[in-house]
Amino acid sequence: MIEVNGLKSRRRILSGSAAALSTTGILALLDTSARAAGAPANVGNAAQDAQLLNAALSLEYEGIAAYQIGAESKLLTPNVLKAAITFQSHHKQHRDDLIAAIKRLGGAPAAKKSEPAYAKELDTASLKDQAGVLRLALKLERGATNAYLGLIPSLNQSDLYVLAARTAADESFHAAILGHLLGEAIPQKAPMFG
Amino acid sequence: MWTPNLRYTVLISFAALDLATASAVTAPPQPPAGPQITPLPGNVSRGADIYEAKCGACHSLDSNRIGPKHRGVFGRKSASAPGFRYTTALKNLNVVWDRQTLDRWLQSPTAMAPGTTMGYRLTVPQERADVIAYLKQQSLQH
Repeated sequence: MIEVNGLKSRRRILSGSAAALSTTGILALLDTSARAAGAPANVGNAAQDAQLLNAALSLEYEGIAAYQIGAESKLLTPNVLKAAITFQSHHKQHRDDLIAAIKRLGGAPAAKKSEPAYAKELDTASLKDQAGVLRLALKLERGATNAYLGLIPSLNQSDLYVLAARTAADESFHAAILGHLLGEAIPQKAPMFG
Repeated sequence: MWTPNLRYTVLISFAALDLATASAVTAPPQPPAGPQITPLPGNVSRGADIYEAKCGACHSLDSNRIGPKHRGVFGRKSASAPGFRYTTALKNLNVVWDRQTLDRWLQSPTAMAPGTTMGYRLTVPQERADVIAYLKQQSLQH
């Protein structure tokens, strides 16, 4: 409502008084009006975005823990272990990017849980072989891709669209490699995500 | 000098600026808050696949993870999954999760409970109906 009222008032200024003001004057007036109308909404939007990014951060914490548990399971061959550690490093970068963005928005980054807590939530005790570890990783990566894509329409700050989209792209890359390692067929239908 | 052409050019520029500033301060488009529409009939089998692909990153039926566990959610009061730490937004929501409320929630969580940490939107009505049918079935097995 604030935005709509601000818009209307600016339009009244334009239609009624434009000829009487200099270009610079009207630009200054517009800027002031926009800031006055937008400031409270942007504060609220930033807090909401920080909340949404905190859910994504929790997702990254869980992914990092899942790869850690997989890496320590002694179930992975050396080449798969190397890939798992590399993917985990990508998730650590995502974690750091999200923490920076949340702080920039004025939010407090969510805390991570303990590794045993993640192990319980993901039921990693049931993993008996490499294929099981890969299937869990694939499920999490596919889900994360969809989660980031589905998050974009709810974000208010446009620079966060890029953050979410590029992170989704990383997750889909991981999913493609994991699917290949599991011998999955190439999906026949697009879109594959979203 | 304020010639008619200059004035026209300036007004067009203002119109562009006006739109630009408006978009900068306006929240993303929210689903229209029109009359309540009964959700479509859902397919449980499709719902299971959609749930795994699109909800499974954060949710499980039997574990509280990024989001609360879902077995038993249909027919349950909001913010009542045992052991899950809810946001104030969810604690204040005060609804019972049924077809209507779940449909609204999945369409836009931030519109229904501003301040929630859930931003994921399930935008296709049939997919929402399928997931709701699946959650209802799983809840009946609770």
